[in-house]
Amino acid sequence: MELVVNGEKEQLKEEVNLIDFLNSKGLELDRLVIEYNKQVIPQEEWKNTTLKDQDTLEVLRFVGGG
Amino acid sequence: MIKVKDKLMIGGEVLESRLFTGTGKFSNKEVITETIEAAKSQVVTMALRRVDFDSKEENVINYIPDDSILLPNTSGARTAEEAVRIARIAKAAGCGNWIKIEVISDNKYLMPDNQETIKATEVLAQEGFVVLPYVTPDLMVAKRLEEVGAAAVMPLGAPIGSNRGLKTKELIRILIDEIDLPIVVDAGIGKPSQAAEAMEMGADAVLVNTAIATAKDPVTMGRAFDWAVRAGREAYLAGTGVVKNYASASSPLTGFLKGE
Repeated sequence: MELVVNGEKEQLKEEVNLIDFLNSKGLELDRLVIEYNKQVIPQEEWKNTTLKDQDTLEVLRFVGGG
Repeated sequence: MIKVKDKLMIGGEVLESRLFTGTGKFSNKEVITETIEAAKSQVVTMALRRVDFDSKEENVINYIPDDSILLPNTSGARTAEEAVRIARIAKAAGCGNWIKIEVISDNKYLMPDNQETIKATEVLAQEGFVVLPYVTPDLMVAKRLEEVGAAAVMPLGAPIGSNRGLKTKELIRILIDEIDLPIVVDAGIGKPSQAAEAMEMGADAVLVNTAIATAKDPVTMGRAFDWAVRAGREAYLAGTGVVKNYASASSPLTGFLKGE
């Protein structure tokens, strides 16, 4: 299956839970902002979210800015 | 006497500090917390970006004092639509409902696109955001922003990060005169004296990032800006004296011990 993650195509063998996917990227989950298929989903719902073929994921965070 | 309580109201919040601080360009994040505290800033800006999976960086929010009002910006947006999208994401991420609209497609001078900024302001104000648009100082633009529900107007003093001071001073003065919203001078302020200059002329607040973050000692510079902003504000409230072309003696002009 194929996902689009932060604008880049990514191939995965099978559907995967969102939290497992983020962990596989070595990310600290705290304070990440996740937009899943153009909808921001709150952290409580991450564990119930399964990434499927053709899903779009934006993994965002806050950085320094003026 | 100067009135005891001189507070700034924006979006239903009562602000004691008129110095907004940005979190970009700090050489290390640890110093951000101490700098914001030294500056006594209550409104703190940051930006939203995609995570780079190859070089993980810690989230800046972890370094912003908990009692701060977060003012995420829409930097990176080149159109009103993009700015609106960033604002909605920031709000959904739990940043509150304040947003600094920044729509820029000019990479050399980073001049804001006033027209797109007005459009984004209108949409977001209707959605209940507290919208602080960053614009080039133009009276008609500021009037439109007022009409469409902006909570403040943030005119630039000089290009972002240029440290050049209040190059647009006369245009900002017109906004201060004519616009009922708070005027927050944003961008270009390079040193505390320039922040004081903006406040003396009647600006309601200033937003400073580069001048503090890139100082040799950001914490001390943050404190210096706090003093400058307070000094400038008090000078404005006190009412500055009249400018004259010729001298006007401060001591009595009668000759000293004359005729003795």
